[in-house]
This record gives sequence, C-alpha cells and structure tokens, in this order.
Amino acid sequence: MLVATANQTIGPYWHLIEDPTWADLTRFGAEGEKIVLTGTLFDGGGNTVADAAVEIWQTSPESSDTFPGFGRCRTDGAGSFRFTTLKPGPVAGLGNAQQAPHVAVSIFARGLLKALTTRLYFQDEVLNETDPVLSLIDSETRRRTLIAQKVSADTWRLDIRLQGDNETVFMDI
Amino acid sequence: MTTETAPFQATETAPFRPIAADSQPANDTPSYGSTHLRHPTQPPLSIPQTVTETTGPRFSPAQFGPMADLSMVGGKQAQGERIIVRGRVVDENDRPIPHTMIEIWQANAGGRYDHPGDQHDAPLDPHFHGGGRVFSDADGWYQFTSIKPGAYPWRNHHNAWRPNHIHYSLFGTGFAQRVITQMYFPGDPLLALDPVYLSVPDQAARERLIAAFDIDITSPEWALGYRFDFVLRGRNATPTEQG
Repeated sequence: MLVATANQTIGPYWHLIEDPTWADLTRFGAEGEKIVLTGTLFDGGGNTVADAAVEIWQTSPESSDTFPGFGRCRTDGAGSFRFTTLKPGPVAGLGNAQQAPHVAVSIFARGLLKALTTRLYFQDEVLNETDPVLSLIDSETRRRTLIAQKVSADTWRLDIRLQGDNETVFMDI
Repeated sequence: MTTETAPFQATETAPFRPIAADSQPANDTPSYGSTHLRHPTQPPLSIPQTVTETTGPRFSPAQFGPMADLSMVGGKQAQGERIIVRGRVVDENDRPIPHTMIEIWQANAGGRYDHPGDQHDAPLDPHFHGGGRVFSDADGWYQFTSIKPGAYPWRNHHNAWRPNHIHYSLFGTGFAQRVITQMYFPGDPLLALDPVYLSVPDQAARERLIAAFDIDITSPEWALGYRFDFVLRGRNATPTEQG
C-alpha cells in the first residue's frame, strides 16, 4: 500500500491561485435560499489572521451544474471571510442517523502545515440536539464554537479561533 | 447480484483509511515560527466519515480552463531554467485518480513571487506570473511546463532560505482527500535546513516530496524533466478487498 503525500503549508503567496468569485457558490445561477456565511479568524494572541484561505464544502443541496457545493474565500485585511451560498438541509449520517444542516470548513494559512478542518452548524436547528458529530463534544462551551449565529435575515456568523480561549473544535477526519 | 456492483459506485462513498503514522506534519512545529500562535492546543476531535467527508467537489476543465504553461506570458519567454513536470495522481491503493484538478503556484527564477506581499529584493519577471492549473488525464497523468523556481530568504530564523519549491493543491474525489503540498528538487542543500520540509516526521514520507530528475521527461533542446507523483488517501472498502 502507498502512503498519502505529506501536506506542506499553503504559505503567504497562495493568492496566485485566488479567484474571488469562488466565494459565491450561487454564481452559476443556483436557485434556493441564498445565505451569507461570514466570520473572522483569530490566532492565539487574539490577532486577526489576514492571509488565510477558507474553504467550504456542503453536500446539501446536492452539487449540480449550477451549484458547486464548494467555495474558497481569502480572509481580508480584517481577518474576515464571507461566502454566499445556499442554506443546507439535513444530511444523511451513518446508518439511520441524520445530521443537522452543516457546512465542512477547511482553513489553510501560513503557519499551518496542514489544513485545520471543522464544521459550521446553524443556530436554532432542532437537529443540532441529536447531531452525531456535535454529540461527540461534551462541553457545551466547546460545542458552541461550531454554531453560527444568525445576525440578520440571511446572514450567519461564526468566528474561528485557531488557538487559546474559546478555541474552535477542529476535527480529524 | 454479488460482486458485480459498479466499482465506481462502490468506492465513491467508502470511508478513507486512517492517516499513516508520522506521514503528515504536526501543526505544532516550534522550529517554524508562524505556527506558534496558529496551532490549536486542544486535541482534534475524531469524527466518523459521513457523506460530507467521503464526497467532494468536482471541477471540470470546461469551467476551470487549464493553464499548463507557466513558462511564458503574452507569448514571451520567462527568465530561467525551463522545466517540464510530469507525474501521476493515484490513491493509496495505487488506483489512478482521473480528471482531477491540480492547482500550481511558485516563485520566479529569482525567488520572487508575483504577489504584493512578497518584498524580497529580487526582480519580478514581466513574463512570469507563477499560477497554473492542470487536470490529470484518464489514467491519472498530468504534465505542465514552467521555470525552475529560485530559493528565497524568509525571516523564520537567522539566514533562513526556503529551498526551491513548487506549491500544489489537489482535491481528489472526497473532502478528506484534500491536500496542499510543496514539491522540492533533488540535491538541494537547503532541504536539510528547512523547518517546513523537516516538519514531516517520517523520512521516507519527507523524501517523497522531492521530485526525481527524469531524462525521459526531459525534452531535447528545450527543457529539463522532473517526475513527481501525488498519492491521495485511499478508500477502505475496495471491490477487490470485498471479495
């Protein structure tokens, strides 16, 4: 058996492959409930992280010619990302389990030798109570690091803390 | 119906194997200064792979046009040593990963990125941008033409220089296969001093990041050839193992 290629940091100059339109997952004409996902990245010193690539992947709604399910956004000078996408619905889990609506998130940046992977969930979803991944987290405080708050009719916000107080729950997958 | 299920279907949502021990760098790597405030201190949460992790985005060359020649801009040749990089994208089960997108970026021959954040005192080259994109073919092969990137200083420690390297980003067929890495060149004396390269604990895994010079890829009177293969995580339940 072969062994997978090692990761190395994306470094500070990845913008050579940046395409700002990738932050809008509805750009190919997707129909549905359009939402904005935004947030700010912080390091362990409370500084904003202004050179990161944030990627999202969602399996609901199912990807199609008009909806790629995937987006990439560079954090801006204030360390913030902003995606336009479609609101996901419940997602099949293992066996008969059902997962709460969620979006997978990867963080790449200078100083990260490999991606940090996490998930974004949505405030006030009934399925959050029984979600098989959220249920693995004992601490209510830590679980909250994954739940985006609704800040306007169409906008959810989730800050991501790489290290320290309120550190985001990152995942091995 | 026994083993006659379509192999493509059978493997597409199967979970990926666990990551081999010591084959990946730790984000807590003190010798690389930028990691100090950016690595998590809590252990990662192990989660089961669901459809979110076992499937992933697909990119088509029709939507994301290939840019397979980084060695010229506007029909004019970039400065530097022209190279061809060729290799295969396979998974840990040695199965080719066809039609998958590879993103590429690198410094110019003088070790300078065409990026506003790069202030290294080496000249920009008007005929070199340094960003590219290719797709593997039906058998997993990819190829592109470029210029050998130069080494450059960084401020990680006194007299720190990055070895010559090219950056790559691959998606594979599932979110859990995503990889961003760097390819190095054989015989580079800076490798032994580079905290990024040395962050991979296993020596064999580290050395697989070094391309091989290949005279068969080398094009006479034109460009030096290098071979570099990518291995993405393999899925657990493959049709042959189910038998």
